[in-house]
Amino acid sequence: MSQFNLSRRSLLKAGAAGLAAAALPMGYARAQSPIVLGAVYVGPRDDFGWNQAHSVAMEILKQVPGITVIEEENVPETDAVSQSMESMINLDGANLVLATSFGYYSPFVVELAKKYPEVQFRHAAPLWKEGDPTNAGSYFCYLNQGHYVNGVAAGLSSPTGKLGFVAAKPIPSVLSNINSFLLGARKSNPNATVQVIFTGEWSMPVREAEATNALVDAGCDVIGCHVDGPKVVVETAEGRGVKTCGHNASQAPLAPKGFITGAEYKWSTIYSMYADLLAKGEPLPNFVAGGFHNDMLQNTPYGAGATPEAIAAADAAITDLKTGKPIYVGPLKDNAGNVVIEGEMDNYDPVLDGMNYLLEGVIGSIT
Amino acid sequence: MDNSIFIVLIAMLGGAIRVSTPFMFVALGECLTEKSGRINLGLEGNLVLGAMVAYAISFHTGNPWIGVLAAGGSGLILGALHGYICKLPKVNDIAVGIAIMSFGTGVAFFFGKPYIQPSAPRLNSIPLGDWTGNASLAQALQVNPLFFVGILLAVLMSWAFANTRWGLIVRMTGDSAASARAMGVSVDLVRFIATTIGGMLAGIGGSFLSLYYPGSWNQGLSSGQGLMAVALVIFARWDPIRCIWAALLFGAAGAIGPSLQSVGITQGYYFFNAAPYILTLFIMIASARSKGAAREAPGELSITK
Repeated sequence: MSQFNLSRRSLLKAGAAGLAAAALPMGYARAQSPIVLGAVYVGPRDDFGWNQAHSVAMEILKQVPGITVIEEENVPETDAVSQSMESMINLDGANLVLATSFGYYSPFVVELAKKYPEVQFRHAAPLWKEGDPTNAGSYFCYLNQGHYVNGVAAGLSSPTGKLGFVAAKPIPSVLSNINSFLLGARKSNPNATVQVIFTGEWSMPVREAEATNALVDAGCDVIGCHVDGPKVVVETAEGRGVKTCGHNASQAPLAPKGFITGAEYKWSTIYSMYADLLAKGEPLPNFVAGGFHNDMLQNTPYGAGATPEAIAAADAAITDLKTGKPIYVGPLKDNAGNVVIEGEMDNYDPVLDGMNYLLEGVIGSIT
Repeated sequence: MDNSIFIVLIAMLGGAIRVSTPFMFVALGECLTEKSGRINLGLEGNLVLGAMVAYAISFHTGNPWIGVLAAGGSGLILGALHGYICKLPKVNDIAVGIAIMSFGTGVAFFFGKPYIQPSAPRLNSIPLGDWTGNASLAQALQVNPLFFVGILLAVLMSWAFANTRWGLIVRMTGDSAASARAMGVSVDLVRFIATTIGGMLAGIGGSFLSLYYPGSWNQGLSSGQGLMAVALVIFARWDPIRCIWAALLFGAAGAIGPSLQSVGITQGYYFFNAAPYILTLFIMIASARSKGAAREAPGELSITK
């Protein structure tokens, strides 16, 4: 929109470059450039959720010699993220910018990738497509595999088979987590149901607590969730004496009595891979899809809520997923009775990215 | 179906008791401030800072009630700051309020960073429903002592406004600063004290959020409840008792969305989740049409002047 508009930062950069050129007779500004990774988070780094999962991985990379990590948290999905990313590039010399929130991609990452072709941009959602700048890209984990494992363990840890799920918004990745949680639970208990409550917001602690209480009042004895920071859900459920399954990062310390296991990202795998490729000067892949098979997911160590049978079944489920055994095996109906999946779906089938239904056995509605 | 209605009603009762307390404290604090003729929009900042301070102090001392006191203290300081700045000539109280809101939340986020992860001791509740023999009713009737403190405070404030010399002075300052000055009352001092105490109440409200329900400290904890509570005062037309009803109504309406989904009415949850706001809007429209509404607003408020 404003390509003729000289931004203040570009002006400063031009000025600085001019000064540097004047000061250095040889005419080069930088010698061997170190590897600088800049990560932008939409919320606080220690939210027991999405942002913490990324930050934990960055902490691991900080220990690697030759890698500098810059982080900025609480960056809204507005022009603010462009400014954060630009200052990471211009002031800190970032070679790779990791934009970790869904809404960062378009237009912010795309525009900046065009403006800074020498810098790599990677975004944590499956949005990159052919035709987008080649120095941008996507990486993504199918966390629904983790929720499937949660479901397997929950189905064997729940006396009633009534599971509850506190969900934020009915977007495909959330729906896939709910459906996989159900399929996992049905694998170990064919009569299991999942009752879902949508809060409508990614972070709304009071309503998340209300939703958890409502599910417990409705008779659910295991609560799973997909909200930005699952801390409130897990603590409220623990306080009500029911069991919980985690999401995004480890919530095990929050529920010493009722924690079963949790679906956790292992972003350090992909971040280390990026850093290695940068160090070798090789190109980064534009699209990476992760799961249990390539060590990008893990399940939280089992808590006191998991029964021995649940632990055995969940471990077996993880082994199956590593060998590519599909979660979605048709024919499957949605909870309105329409057949939505005919045959077997590969766990990374792009059709699943557009999921817009809740399976039969899920009590809830997406509108 | 009858059973479903029962579940939703119990959830609304529980929601009213669980969710209303912070609204109550902030609304009472704002009510006192506005009665004295000033608007403090910054109570959201007091609420968030109070929540953070209460959690931090409870974590360090191991006693949540000391946390509650400290939250009141932090609110008191922010309130006093607002009261003092507004005393200066040509200062707009609404603008200062917005500044205090940003300041309070900013300070809370800055110092609250190390307290997001650890678990602090929480306030206990009084089980009032065990006699019912119904598990969900018993759960709904788990009441935090602060809830009763809030109600007591409202009754006390209402009585004091009507029956004491102090109450009269506050009301007079709010309705006509000129008459107050003619009576030899220091308008600035009265407003300073009212704003300070109002700020303290909002801080205590914050401690309820972090130490009881939802019972943890994080940056999204309040999600604008302090601002809603300020609006509730106008909705309650500057009457402490009506502030309590407004807070209870707001809490009950907030429980509608999740509880309807829990009994299987799953369509349209965005609409039901918005119930508190829709309800407030309609009652506001209905009540604003009466001529009495304009008479009940303190005459010195910068929105009515």
